Amino acid sequence: MEKKTVTIDPVTRIEGHGKITLQLDEKGHVTRARFHVTDFRGFEKLCEQRPFWEMPDITSRICGICPVSHMLASAKAGDAILGVHIPPTAHKLRRLIHWAQLVQSHALSFFHLSAPDLLLGMESDPQERNILGLVSRYPEVAKDGIRLRQVGQEIIRVLGGKSVHPSWAVPGGVRAPLEPGKLESLQALIPQAIDITERTLELYREKIEGFSGEIEHYGDFSSLYMGLVSPGGELEHYDGVLRVMDGGGKILEKGAPPENYRDIFSEGVESWSFLKFPYYKPLGPQEGLYRVGPLARLNVCDRAGTPRADRVLEEFRRWQKNGRPVSGSFHMHEARLIEILFCLEKISETLSDAHITGTHVRSHAGVNARAGVGVIEAPRGTLFHDYHVDDEGLVQEVNLVVASGHNNLAMNRTILQIARAFGNGSEITEGFLNRMEHGIRIYDPCLSCSTHVVGRHASRVELLGPSGGLLRSFEIL
Amino acid sequence: MAEVTLTIDNEKVSAREGQNLLQVIREQGIDLPTLCHLDGLSERGGCRLCVVEVEGSSRLAASCVTAVREDMRVTTASDRLLRYRRMLVELLFAERNHVCSVCVMNGNCELQSLATRFGVDHLRYEPLYPRLPTDASHEKYTIDHNRCVLCARCVRVCDEVEGVHTLDIMGRGVSSRIINDLNQPWRASRTCTACGKCVQVCPTGALYIKETLSAHVEKRPDLPRRIVDARKKRVWNS
Repeated sequence: MEKKTVTIDPVTRIEGHGKITLQLDEKGHVTRARFHVTDFRGFEKLCEQRPFWEMPDITSRICGICPVSHMLASAKAGDAILGVHIPPTAHKLRRLIHWAQLVQSHALSFFHLSAPDLLLGMESDPQERNILGLVSRYPEVAKDGIRLRQVGQEIIRVLGGKSVHPSWAVPGGVRAPLEPGKLESLQALIPQAIDITERTLELYREKIEGFSGEIEHYGDFSSLYMGLVSPGGELEHYDGVLRVMDGGGKILEKGAPPENYRDIFSEGVESWSFLKFPYYKPLGPQEGLYRVGPLARLNVCDRAGTPRADRVLEEFRRWQKNGRPVSGSFHMHEARLIEILFCLEKISETLSDAHITGTHVRSHAGVNARAGVGVIEAPRGTLFHDYHVDDEGLVQEVNLVVASGHNNLAMNRTILQIARAFGNGSEITEGFLNRMEHGIRIYDPCLSCSTHVVGRHASRVELLGPSGGLLRSFEIL
Repeated sequence: MAEVTLTIDNEKVSAREGQNLLQVIREQGIDLPTLCHLDGLSERGGCRLCVVEVEGSSRLAASCVTAVREDMRVTTASDRLLRYRRMLVELLFAERNHVCSVCVMNGNCELQSLATRFGVDHLRYEPLYPRLPTDASHEKYTIDHNRCVLCARCVRVCDEVEGVHTLDIMGRGVSSRIINDLNQPWRASRTCTACGKCVQVCPTGALYIKETLSAHVEKRPDLPRRIVDARKKRVWNS
């Protein structure tokens, strides 16, 4: 019998450790809801004095779900320090691995983490409301999700050498080219993946008819949206310019150079969370609340740029009210499926490129600039890596602005909205707690790369009285 | 040269006078672990991983610096020896900052391989986490003191094979550190020939070629032996 290796990864429902606190008034109504990120990672500090060449490897360890995004943002910051244009083939290969990363990460979010709520019900039996419950009740959907994620992981593995934490992108390009012999097997993965995505979109649209309350209250508010777009205004995940749009659809920043992000955004800090609170500088911390990620990207782009994705994007825009951008965070689920479709089309197109197996994949140079910014659209939103180095290339200062940070203010507003809509103050049910958790889950935040065993408590909800004292605390499965 | 007869792990063995125990033990096909030893370089006896028990002595002997003697009775593997070897590997990890996952030598590192061999999956000693510098001033190479185990292979190859003695060790005990010339930045060294032999013999990721990524470095620790054989024996094809 052929030797087989079976690997079962830990299964999670949220990525990392978080905590929610709800503040109640005398009548038991929720007046404040906060989402706390209680992990402290300290990456910005521990990278100091490391050679910038190592940064793609070190920073990819921030996360086990989207290591590729950190690796690429870091390599791009490194390109800027070298001051080089990377070879065209390397550029295409980096795009390829990043689309694969988006496919696998979005598939994980939709099928493994959120589908149990969407298909089994927000308030269904918590013992069953997980990926295993999905497997027993909707085996075909579960299989589709696992297969789709596998397609993304397989492309990453073939390009980078391994599917999690590949050591592949480097300042100046990539370590190794794509072997011509691997092209056909990669191309063969795409048709089935497109079928899966299209039928899942159909299924989602059927199911969503029963979710009007959730659509209305799971983070539906006006805010700014930020994301990269191509110079032509198309959906973009690897390069391009920054676009900021307000809640009415007015474009506030048309094509800001990403390296100037400090001119546009500022970061607030609160004592109760280790996650920073970025906001759009010209409008201040309150009005400057913005969202990033799949919803924001689909809002800020003019069109996707591939036939199938353009068609479903047009349908997605049915959620617009009075011509304003789609404002409900719940629609991030649909946005993820649309992005998966887009990425699969782009992967197929790029694999057909005559130069994709070119062997010149790395430019060489020394330290030509003392600072470099790398920006990328990670699955959860815009990701910035900003490095300052000395003449020898040793890192002096690091600033990482991650997607879950951009969405921090929006996540807090979302759980407050859910708490007010679904809580009655006197009784806290398990189903209500799961609604709170789903409010976070729609943003798919990557709080760290910690893992959880099925059945163990992952998040905590604390109920505080008017004086701030702890009334009750609950743990969510 | 006179022959001596000794007993290794209860087997009678012949050796040439002047040989060290490590050579004879390896000739018997016994895989004795080493770290500071490298074929082609002088012995140092620093890492102590090759320790053996010699009958009549309560102290363990580093076989690389112990000469063979007539009627010696040597034991190369016992619970006591395994315990000490494992302890030595753990202490090496605890002394500096070894992070395999992002190290250039991940998968090819001799220290990592020793840890695997002795089942070191955790440390029983509190790591020291010293604050150590990385010298990236050289055009081609980097020395990261965080990953250095002070085996001094680099010092010996620089002195004995390249013949320039740019590298040396300063300080004592746990504060020891590899230096260039009189503790100058590598870039400022007037003696370094940039030959790279130090990099090729380094068992960990302490010395490496710039621009390399984690887990994708293969070094050439066979280099000193090949060069020495070429010089002394006029043999180039080994």
